[in-house]
Amino acid sequence: MRNPLSKKIIDIQPSGIRRFFDVANEMEDAISLGVGEPDFDTPWRIRDEGIFSLEKGRTFYTSNAGLKELRKEICKYLERKIGVTYDPLKETLVTVGGSEAIDVGLRCMLDPGDEVLIPQPSYVSYLPCTVMADGVPVVVPLQYENNFKLTVEDLEKYTTPKTKVLIMPFPNNPTGSIMTREDLEPVADFVKEHDLYVMSDEIYSELTYQTKHVSIASLPGMRERTLVINGFSKGFAMTGWRLGYCCGPEMIIEQMTKLHQFAIMCAPTTSQYAAVEGLKNCEDEVEEMRQSYNQRRRFLMHEFKRMGLECFEPFGAFYVFPSIKEFKMSSEEFATRLLREEKVAVVPGTAFGECGEGFLRISYAYSLDDLKEALGRVERFINRLREAQL
Amino acid sequence: MNENKEALRIEILKYLEKHSRVDLRELAVLMGVEEAEAANEMAEMEKEKIICGYHTLIDWDKTGVEMVTALIEVRVTPQRDRGFDRIAERIYNYPEVYAVYLISGSYDLLVTLEGKSLKEVSRFVSEKLSPIEGVLNTATHFILKKYKDHGTIMIPKKESERMLVTP
Ligand SMILES: Cc1ncc(COP(=O)(O)O)c(C=O)c1O
Repeated sequence: MRNPLSKKIIDIQPSGIRRFFDVANEMEDAISLGVGEPDFDTPWRIRDEGIFSLEKGRTFYTSNAGLKELRKEICKYLERKIGVTYDPLKETLVTVGGSEAIDVGLRCMLDPGDEVLIPQPSYVSYLPCTVMADGVPVVVPLQYENNFKLTVEDLEKYTTPKTKVLIMPFPNNPTGSIMTREDLEPVADFVKEHDLYVMSDEIYSELTYQTKHVSIASLPGMRERTLVINGFSKGFAMTGWRLGYCCGPEMIIEQMTKLHQFAIMCAPTTSQYAAVEGLKNCEDEVEEMRQSYNQRRRFLMHEFKRMGLECFEPFGAFYVFPSIKEFKMSSEEFATRLLREEKVAVVPGTAFGECGEGFLRISYAYSLDDLKEALGRVERFINRLREAQL
Repeated sequence: MNENKEALRIEILKYLEKHSRVDLRELAVLMGVEEAEAANEMAEMEKEKIICGYHTLIDWDKTGVEMVTALIEVRVTPQRDRGFDRIAERIYNYPEVYAVYLISGSYDLLVTLEGKSLKEVSRFVSEKLSPIEGVLNTATHFILKKYKDHGTIMIPKKESERMLVTP
């Protein structure tokens, strides 16, 4: 029999966390700091709207690009939040999570051999989606010294005449790093100078602390070369609803809508109706969640400092990314031992790229009580390691 | 009051409203300020009676203590010069009265009352509340079940069903 599989798919490494996941998920009494989704339930008014749409029998497909009303609300929201105006009919596509937008976007933008700059550590899907789109992923390692921000120096090292797309993964999963306007400006200049396109994954845009999120699309001359990807998973605590969107130049969105039409048809109808309510009336709920995350973030930073665990202060998403280099073991070994010995699950930094070596991703999408319990165990663990090192 | 101070105060209040037992050091960490600053704001707000007390939400149904709660609508004639305040005062000074609100709508005062039994509450209404001068009529509603109280849902929350580790 012939091999049913393509070489492309076989060559893609399974997610680095997979192995670790399997061990972690078997531990029944483990407590976790390892999830990448909110601990809050979706705000009730959104859930209620979803239930209502089911009661009304809205169980049909929507138009391929998504409910018109939702697209209009998305555009109003983006105008409010990032100050960029999009046409709801021609420049907006509602997708199955930000995930689909990443996949479809890359497939519409890449020809074989086109290079995609992927700053890492970052979310796990950019690289395999690039490969499946016949692009060539080029990893740009971000530096701890720069608080894992992307700099022009980083870009210069990896840009070639074949470079076409730059992924902008900020606010960042797993580091929590953000890019301010000042940080973005030189990057935008570089992008324009080299005639690149940007795929800006802003799925955590609602979750920034101290400063408001700035989209690279809002910088002069960047709107026409940026695809903004966002969604409801993180800010609105709607991971399971599978709803995201992207906005960008008509030329790209039109083709993405075509592919989306053939591959997906449309995003879940119930979720779309519910999301309209989210965009219209949930500002307070979102703010309340943000405040709660921020308190936990401060708590974690304070605790790390007290324990003497090195960590830059992140201002976005719901992750902190402490360094464990002092313990002279790999991230995966550290995480595995922490799980075995103290039954705490964290994610090794290497799950998000090799340059995550020496770091851990710790999620604070947990109640303060859970965080306290888990951190107590982490402290016990590192104290033991330090004693053994003496 | 500058904007930061105002924002800090509101964040403290919102937190305390749900977690009144937080210790000062932890509160300061969560708010991202020095302990002295948090202490200072709390003391000021106590003095200004913005913070009026630190209470505990108890589900008495789960204890052996007999307790019934009633909501009583009261229609009154406001008094010259004193409006509703005088009558309200005569009502709220009873220790068994838990809350008194002046409200809009078809009646004037809403009184929450806690008593040991239906009989005790009824006796309070007929012997104390109704005879007050200016009280026109009352309607008593006994609470049968508390689903949510003080913003807290009384049914125990489900265990988290999230996966242990996700990207
Ligand atoms: C940075 C980043 N982008 C995109 C996604 C995908 O989110 P969704 O498909 O739920 O919108 C995630 C999820 O963890 C993420 O962390």
